[in-house]
Amino acid sequence: MAPIIEMRNVTKLFGGKMGGKNTTVALDDMTFSVDSDFPHIVTIAGESGSGKTTLMMLILGFYEPTYGQILYNGKDIWKKMTREETMDFRRNVQAVFQDPFAVYNPFYKVDNLLSIPIKNFNLAKGKEEAYELMVTALKRVGLRPEETLGRYPHQMSGGQRQRIAVARALILQPKLLIADEPVSMVDASLRATLLQHIRDMNQELRIPILYITHDLTTAYHVSDYIIVMYKGAVMEAGDVERIIRDPKHPYTQLLVNSIPWPDPDHLWGEAAEGTARSSGVYQVGCRFADRCPHAFEPCTKSRPPLFKTSDSQVAACFLYQNNEILEKKDLGSILKR
Amino acid sequence: MSDRPVIEIKDLKVYFYVKAGTVKAVDGVNLTLDPGVKMGLVGESGSGKSTMALALMRMVRPPATIEGQMFLDGVDLLTLKEEEMRRVRLSEIAMIPQGAMNSLNPVMRIRDQILDGLQDHGVRMSRADADKRITELLEIVELPKKVLRMYPHELSGGMKQRVCVAIAISMRPKVLIADEPTSALDVVIQRQVMETITRLVNTLKLSMILIGHDMGLMAQSVDRIAVMYPGKLMELGDTRDMFAEPLHPYTQALINSLPVLGKRGVFNGIPGIPPSVINPGPGCPFYDRCPKVIEGLCVKKMPPFREIKPRRFVACHLYEGVN
Repeated sequence: MAPIIEMRNVTKLFGGKMGGKNTTVALDDMTFSVDSDFPHIVTIAGESGSGKTTLMMLILGFYEPTYGQILYNGKDIWKKMTREETMDFRRNVQAVFQDPFAVYNPFYKVDNLLSIPIKNFNLAKGKEEAYELMVTALKRVGLRPEETLGRYPHQMSGGQRQRIAVARALILQPKLLIADEPVSMVDASLRATLLQHIRDMNQELRIPILYITHDLTTAYHVSDYIIVMYKGAVMEAGDVERIIRDPKHPYTQLLVNSIPWPDPDHLWGEAAEGTARSSGVYQVGCRFADRCPHAFEPCTKSRPPLFKTSDSQVAACFLYQNNEILEKKDLGSILKR
Repeated sequence: MSDRPVIEIKDLKVYFYVKAGTVKAVDGVNLTLDPGVKMGLVGESGSGKSTMALALMRMVRPPATIEGQMFLDGVDLLTLKEEEMRRVRLSEIAMIPQGAMNSLNPVMRIRDQILDGLQDHGVRMSRADADKRITELLEIVELPKKVLRMYPHELSGGMKQRVCVAIAISMRPKVLIADEPTSALDVVIQRQVMETITRLVNTLKLSMILIGHDMGLMAQSVDRIAVMYPGKLMELGDTRDMFAEPLHPYTQALINSLPVLGKRGVFNGIPGIPPSVINPGPGCPFYDRCPKVIEGLCVKKMPPFREIKPRRFVACHLYEGVN
């Protein structure tokens, strides 16, 4: 079966042409696919400016790629699509956004967020059936429908609003869900519950999920695989357990070393190295070379390809140049073992 | 250095009055902070932790009311005149506000913003001396000298945060209050800024109250942790003890819900939602989410906040008989 979403050599530039003075390369020649036969949770991790949100906006069709193609079920989403195809794409690729306060119109009851997709996609025959759908979805995310429906957004807490957003995605039963920092604005005591719902959705309904975050602790807990990005490109990818426990790329090592684990016996490791400089400016060589403590000659000459560091882990780093190379287009293969 | 606590809060109550009733944002909190100690104040949004910080700076405006006593080095801040309090701020107790990066004036150079507070507190010096002093301050927070002449928009989030730290320590206060100083920063930068702050607090022998909701950050940076749950202080103890053996059911649930290495895919959320602070009931605010609730007691009566073993305080009926 074809992958549900496929990115082929996608580059997204802002502010000018390739090589231009003010051009920002938000995403650089990214090839990646999500397979619905293997419904995993894949984390896209990186600092701000790493291109992770750009990636989401591209997949949702909110940004047009500067170069490359984005395919939904094998069809380029930027080529002419029939109305049915567009509706199908819109219905099956869903998102939960970061800010649970910004997605609601304050003048409408929260029911609106749930009933609009039902109406748009003709999911129910009558009012009663629509109500049933809403109730089931709300119960699924642990909300009491009688205390939720009929209320306005300002009467709900951030955690409740975020759960309604997840319920909305549930109603549509999408083939791909993209969650952009869904818990970053939610209180600690509610985070675990929300992540649990996301995990359940993945396992029970077999929906593949892209979890976009800079928080590696939640990524470690919720996802199966992780793609670590830096300046618009993949630095390391593979099994989340392996990567968090034994990061190979110096950038991932820096990130993992900076995780504030809630454990007084697990304190921050060696001192953190410098900060990102000249972000997004096109340069030859490894994008991380100017911050990397292990940088050596090849790093400034050419871009490192993805070297296999184990059968379920790749790193774009010349430290592993004697290892087998994984072709960029095969990145998906590492994420379905 | 005396053994007297640098901060002693007694039965602090901060109330706001809204149409729907009284918001008891802080409701009868007792807390002491010893000199040189870094204390974390954790709680969910709406638990009153930021209000506590504002109350300590006496920056809660009427019609909101502050009751109780707050001693800073033996002086009750609530008895000071407004002008006296203004002198105390920055020079004795300083704050890195929440979202500090947005608190800088966009049309003033960094130099002038740092100097502003000093001059306002009566420090008079020549141009050259001022430049020297500010350069020193920037050095302490690990910023290059050229930042002096820059405007806030020329700095990154982490750098702006460092400028705010520089301003806060410019008069060598006794107490530094940091309200979520790293909440908008990436992990790597967060760690760098946090390490700068803790290094400063240690070398300058300040006391710090670090406010936040990130237990991970607390585990990395503070000596003692105070846990708040809407309006009330639930538990207080040394960081290690707290993580090793949380006493209050809320602290237990909170620590249990945290992602740690090695327990992948295990989620222990706390069911239910935090209560409203508008017209709260007489009982424990956690009673309806508490797995160990005592029927008929917890809903009616707020347990006292007591020291049940050395340096360990908890407000819970479960420990009524202890000690």
